[in-house]
Amino acid sequence: MSNHIQNDLPQSITEKSKLAKWVNDRLPIIATLEDTLLKHPYPKNLSYWWSFGSIAGIALVVQILTGLFLAMHYVPNTAMAFNSVEHIMRDVRYGWLIRYIHAVGASMFFVALFAHISRGLYYGSYKSPREILWWVGIIIFLLTMATAFMGYVLPWGQMSFWGATVITNLFSALPIVGKSIVAWLWGGYSVDNPTLNRFFVIHFLMPFLIVGVVLIHLVSLHTVGSNNPTGVEIKTKKDIIPFHPYFTIKDMVGFVAFFLVFGYFLFFYPNSLGHPDNYIPANPMVTPAHIVPEWYFLPFYAILRAVPDKLGGVLMMFGAIALLFALPFLDKSEVKSGAYRPIFKKVFCLFVINFAFLGWLGKSPAEGWYVWASRFSTLFYYSYFLVILPLLPKFEKTLPLPESIDADYKAKH
Amino acid sequence: MNKLFLILFLFFVPNFAFANEGHSSNPLDTAALHPKEMKWNFDGFFGSVDRQSAQRGYQVYKEICSSCHTLNLVAYRSLTDIGFSEDEVKKIAAEYNVTDGPNDDGEMFERPALPSDKIVGPYTNEKAARAANGGAYPPDFSLIVKARHEGPSYIYSLITGYTDAPEGFHSVEGKYYNPYFEGRQIAMPAPITDDGQVEYKDGTFASKEQMAIDVVNFLQWAAEPETEARKKMGVRTMIFLLILFAILMAAKKAVWKNIK
Repeated sequence: MSNHIQNDLPQSITEKSKLAKWVNDRLPIIATLEDTLLKHPYPKNLSYWWSFGSIAGIALVVQILTGLFLAMHYVPNTAMAFNSVEHIMRDVRYGWLIRYIHAVGASMFFVALFAHISRGLYYGSYKSPREILWWVGIIIFLLTMATAFMGYVLPWGQMSFWGATVITNLFSALPIVGKSIVAWLWGGYSVDNPTLNRFFVIHFLMPFLIVGVVLIHLVSLHTVGSNNPTGVEIKTKKDIIPFHPYFTIKDMVGFVAFFLVFGYFLFFYPNSLGHPDNYIPANPMVTPAHIVPEWYFLPFYAILRAVPDKLGGVLMMFGAIALLFALPFLDKSEVKSGAYRPIFKKVFCLFVINFAFLGWLGKSPAEGWYVWASRFSTLFYYSYFLVILPLLPKFEKTLPLPESIDADYKAKH
Repeated sequence: MNKLFLILFLFFVPNFAFANEGHSSNPLDTAALHPKEMKWNFDGFFGSVDRQSAQRGYQVYKEICSSCHTLNLVAYRSLTDIGFSEDEVKKIAAEYNVTDGPNDDGEMFERPALPSDKIVGPYTNEKAARAANGGAYPPDFSLIVKARHEGPSYIYSLITGYTDAPEGFHSVEGKYYNPYFEGRQIAMPAPITDDGQVEYKDGTFASKEQMAIDVVNFLQWAAEPETEARKKMGVRTMIFLLILFAILMAAKKAVWKNIK
C-alpha cells in the first residue's frame, strides 16, 4: 500500500471483547484478520475476472484434501498402482467421487489459472510495482504444471507411462549431462518402478510447497495492492472498499459458478477431459498410436514439436513460459489496462485465439500441414512478447484514462 | 462483452479435450469408421443401467466372451448390483476354481471361488493369453468401455460390424475385416455370428443386435458400477448449486447496493 490509504475501522473487536484482546496480545491473528479483511484497500471496480485468484486457491485446497484421501488407498508400485486406483473406484466408500474430484479438479485448477493469468496479461497486472507479484505467480504456475505432470503418471495407464517417457526423455537433449540426468531422474534405464515411486513422493510434496509460494504471492499482493480494470492506481478513499463484506460475497458467487462448471464435468462427463488410453494398464512393449498430454499442456506440447531439433524444441517450450518473466520489461506502455489500448486489445485477442489454436495443434498428429501451422503459431506466440508488445507503445493511440477509480465506477453504474 | 468472454472461457477452454473424428468413404481405406450413433439407457443426466439387459449381457459374456476375455477387476459379489441374488452369486462363483494358499503344508491348492473373489478368467496372465491367440492379447473387459473412444457405441459397432472385405482390400493372413477397428484387420473372428447363439434365461429373443446391446450394457456396468449413484448425486448437486447461485447473486447485489 504505497500511499497508505485504508478503509476506516471505527473500533477493533479487541476493544469490545476481552477474549479477542487476550488472544491478540499473544498471537496477533485478530489484528491481522481485521487488517486484511476490513482495513486493506481494494479498488471498488474489480470485475469477476478478479475472482479467479481465490478460485484457484479453492482448487488447490480441493486437490490437497482429495489427494490426501486418495493417498490413503493408492499404491505407488508398478505391479499394483493401476489396480489400486480401480480399488478406490470400486471398493472404497465414495472412492469414485474422491478420485473423479481429484482428476477433474486438476483440469478445473488449470481453467482458473489460465483465466487468472489472462486477466494479468490483459490488464497489465505485471507492470510496476507488481513485477515480483507476477514472477511469484509464474513460479506457482510452473510448480502446478510439474505437480500435474507427475500426478498423471501415478495411475500407471498407457498415457501415464508413455507421457512420462516422452517428457523425461527431453532432458537428454541437454548437452554433456543430459543422458546422466535422465538416468538419475528415472532411477534406472527407463521409466519404471523407481520412477513411479519417486514421482508419487514429489507429487505429494509439491502442493505444500505451492501453498508456501501462494502465501508469498499474497504477501506481495498485500504490499502493492490489487490492480483494477482501469489500470489507474488508488488515489483517494473514494476509490476503495474493504474486502469484507463486498469481496467475500462476490467471491462466493465466483466459487459457486466455478463449482457449477466443475460439477457438470465431474458428475456427467468425468472422463471427457482425459484420454481413454489411460484406462489401459501401462505396457512398455506397446506404444499408443498418439501420445498426447492432458489438455492444459497441449499448447506447450505443440511448441515443443514444432521445432525439428530436440534441444531446440525443449528450449522453445520452456522459453514460452520463461518469456513471461520478461514481460514487465518488454511491455513499456504507460497505460496498464488493455481496455484503454485499442490496438493492444485486438492483438491480445489474436494471441488468445492463437494460444487456443496451438492447443488444438498439440493434439493433432505431427504431420503434414499441422507442422507448418505449429511453426507459424509458435512464431506468433513469441513475436507477441518479443516484437509486438515492445513496439506497440511507440505508435499506439491510447484512450483517455478515467480521472480515478471512483470516476470510472460512477460512470459505469 | 467481458462477461460474455468470461462465461465462454469457462466452458470453452476444457472442451479442447473432445476429439475430432474424421469420416472415410473410400472402401479401401484402413482408417476406422466412426462408431454407429447409438442411444444408450445410461447416457445423459438421468441415465441408468437396464438391469435385465445387464444380466443377459453377463450371460453373453459368460457363454461367448469368457473363453478368451478376462474380467479381472470385477468381483462376483458385485453381480448383486445388476439384480442377481446373493444365493445366485454364490452359485455362480462356486462354478469356478481359484488358486489359494499356501496351506499349512506350504502348498498352493485349488478351491471353489467365493463371492469375494474376482471373476475367474480363461488365462492366468497376459503371456498365456497371447500364446493361445497367436500373439494377440484379448483385452481384459473390466474397463474396456472407458478404454475406447465412445466405448459403448464402439463395442456395439465392432461386434455387429463384421463384413466381407471389399474388392481389392489388402487382407492380412489370420486377421478378419472389420471397418470399425483401426487398420480394419482385427485378430478376433466375429464372436456373435447367429441369432439365438445364446438362449436367454428370461426368454428374450437373442438376435445378434440384442446380444450386442446386452453385452454392452453389462460391460458399461462392469466399467462404471457407480454410474447411477454418480448421476443421481450430480442432478441433486447441480440443482442445489443453481439455487445457491441465485441466492448468492441476490445477496451480492443487496450488499453492493449502497456502493456508489
